[in-house]
Amino acid sequence: MIESMCFHCGNNCNQTVINFDQKKFCCNGCKTVYDIFSSHNLSSYYDLQSAPGAIPKEIKGKYDYLDTPAIIQRLTEFDNDTIKIVSFYIPHIHCSSCIWILENLHKLQPAIHSSQVNFPKKSVRITFNTEKTTLKEIVVLLNAIGYEPHISLEDYKKTNKKVNRSLIYKIGVAGFAFGNVMFLSFPEYFEVSEFWLDKYKYIFRWLMFFFSLPVVFYSAQAYFISAYKGLQSRLLPIDVPIALGILVLFIRSTTEIIMDWGTGFFDSLTGLVFFLLLGKFFQQKTYSFLSFERDYKSYFPIAVTRIYYNNNTHKREEENIQVYSINKGDRILIRNEELIPVDAILIDGTACIDYSFVTGESDLVMKQSGDTIFAGGKQLYGAIEIEALKSVEQSYLTQLWSHSAFTKKVQKPFVNLTDIISSYFTKVILFIAILSTIFWLWFDASKAMQVFTAVLIIACPCALALSRPFALGNMLRVFGKNKFYLKNADVIEQMAQIDTIIFDKTGTITTKEKGTISYHGIPLTYSEKSLLKTALRPSNHPLSRSLYEILPEQEILTLNKYHEQIGKGIKATIEHNSLKIGSADFVGYSIPSNEMYTSVHIVINNQHKGYYVFHNQYRNGLSKLFLELDNKYELAILSGDNEGEKEHLKQLLPQLKTLLFNQKPDAKLTYIESLQKKGKNVLMVGDGLNDAGALAQSNVGIALSENINTFSPACDAILSALHFQKIEHYLRTSKNTIRIIKSSFIISFIYNIIGLYFAVTGQLSPVIAAILMPLSSISIVVYVTGLTSWLGKKL
Amino acid sequence: MSIIYVLLTISILVAIFFFIAFILSVKKGQYDDVYTPSIRILFDDELIKDNSKKNVQKTKTKDS
Repeated sequence: MIESMCFHCGNNCNQTVINFDQKKFCCNGCKTVYDIFSSHNLSSYYDLQSAPGAIPKEIKGKYDYLDTPAIIQRLTEFDNDTIKIVSFYIPHIHCSSCIWILENLHKLQPAIHSSQVNFPKKSVRITFNTEKTTLKEIVVLLNAIGYEPHISLEDYKKTNKKVNRSLIYKIGVAGFAFGNVMFLSFPEYFEVSEFWLDKYKYIFRWLMFFFSLPVVFYSAQAYFISAYKGLQSRLLPIDVPIALGILVLFIRSTTEIIMDWGTGFFDSLTGLVFFLLLGKFFQQKTYSFLSFERDYKSYFPIAVTRIYYNNNTHKREEENIQVYSINKGDRILIRNEELIPVDAILIDGTACIDYSFVTGESDLVMKQSGDTIFAGGKQLYGAIEIEALKSVEQSYLTQLWSHSAFTKKVQKPFVNLTDIISSYFTKVILFIAILSTIFWLWFDASKAMQVFTAVLIIACPCALALSRPFALGNMLRVFGKNKFYLKNADVIEQMAQIDTIIFDKTGTITTKEKGTISYHGIPLTYSEKSLLKTALRPSNHPLSRSLYEILPEQEILTLNKYHEQIGKGIKATIEHNSLKIGSADFVGYSIPSNEMYTSVHIVINNQHKGYYVFHNQYRNGLSKLFLELDNKYELAILSGDNEGEKEHLKQLLPQLKTLLFNQKPDAKLTYIESLQKKGKNVLMVGDGLNDAGALAQSNVGIALSENINTFSPACDAILSALHFQKIEHYLRTSKNTIRIIKSSFIISFIYNIIGLYFAVTGQLSPVIAAILMPLSSISIVVYVTGLTSWLGKKL
Repeated sequence: MSIIYVLLTISILVAIFFFIAFILSVKKGQYDDVYTPSIRILFDDELIKDNSKKNVQKTKTKDS
């Protein structure tokens, strides 16, 4: 087979190649997008990056709700008579071509004034003229060029989130003051008693004092607050010695300049605060295009189509309503590929619902009219009409969300490494300070106070406080480059403490792509296979489609009779041969014991030939990963699926001890809770909403995602499925990172001992403080970032 | 040497001016997205050849 790549989306055109304009396309959708771009002279889209596009989706009727004024109003940021500004989240944004084409939207639609892309957030902000176009037209246009915006219920309750930039302001203030104070304190470092220096040093000193005021009272605010809180809860977090150090530095320096004893330590004070805040800033690496706090709202549509009986026209009419305004008894139309937002009764049509996201069960669920269907499933087989039984908030799925695990999670008690060290450190420092003061009181009382403050100043754990944020912050970035996105730096430390790992099955250790299919029974002849393929051709059932794909290309026979009983099977007659394809029940075959598998039975001319079994496809490197993990961690698999795969899995992963099936979302949660009560630190790897509770309950919850841009439930980390087999490496690297931090603590203690020598002997001068403090901080930062980057290279 | 008072005042005023400029730029959100502008600046306007509309018509009819 000749490999040919689609010019637009880069996919393999394995079935049909469409040649157009001397280029190859995999489907009509891609060709159309190319056509739109080239006809508007926008073909440089393909020059910036090869094959940057996405296949546009069929969306007929999907965006009709964007005509509803109430919904438009919710989505727009700014609105006056003629101008509207709207922001869309577009998951496909991934390269410079995307930025280029989206910022040239006005060439495709003249009513668009401007559009601006925010690449890290994967969003585009569009300003358009409401007289010439509508919101719906813009969304349809975006979709037509392969950039489908994601609009969900989450957007409906969107409040303008205030970006918290106070840390940047604080760093700005501290940096500004630090620079100026260094400048002003420089002349006195060398203590040359020149005439002009003696004359002007007072003005220099007072200027330094005024520069340090905003640093102490604004920039360092957070340290005082958290030190106070720590003391209240009888803890000694690292912020206690820091706050104490800052306070002592400020009071001693101020006294010194008032009493004309010396210049004070304003340079060290401002520098200390500046470096500490930089560390805080470095640790805060956020992935603005990812969200770690998602709930059902990001999956739900914003609006649905309600069917109602119009009394005036005596006709059934459709209208778009907001999901929250669905009432009990409303008739709702669910189109193909749409999500069912409420618990309901099926009225019309055949439901073939994919609940894998809610329950983890991979088999499709068939429902006939009159059956109850639960919210959260995705309809995969044409349009259906349902009658709501409950409102959205009271449906099964949304109820799951009000479970305590989802709210409990907010504060996971976790004391980090620095705070543990700090409680000992603070006690030792206070002890040394008091001891040396007593000594000096007896030896030379005039120097006692000076020594006491000097000890507290020099012991201010700047290097200690910086090593953790820089090591973890750097590791966070390294992990991010390896497609492993962490919620915050604490997760690395928590990962290093893990001793138990629990995997979900469907979608986590198996891929979402079609599974392997095996045939059991009398081998089919060539002509029988072509009969089968012909019979499967018209069917739209997902199983038929995947079976159709694996059968080799055959000659096309004429189909004389065809009847599909939806959800059961196919009856067909081809050239005097009768065929029955479907479930055991349908073809009239007695059920064998392994009916746990998803199977399709084949009956040709009333003879049962055999059946195809659909196995789950396990991820590459799964066995190797389990082998690597086995001797260090306790492993378990919790699956929402049936036991069909049990034997297969046991064979594949012999070292696995715990294998639990039919686990409901809350059962998974309680299982993890019971492990934690035994003192285990549990890592949960899951993917769907069904794991959301378990992910929230576990110490570290990793959500595995086939496509980083699609949505994953609330978790601590998101891992690209491509890097699934690297979990062991990531865990090991976390442990090594913690080792690096611990070793850096030793270095910082050495600095402290040197500093304490000067302090206790009463020799601490501003110059020594000004050299020692930045030297220790910078060397620690270089040490930890260098080592963590080196660790990262091995990933 | 009293000139030092004038020099100090000027230097501090200049420093404060830049400090305020920094704070304002942060407040306006200039540092919220530091990646996209770096790409945007590389786009050339002349890449887009604004040809006649005939061309547009022709390709549109070719579309099956």
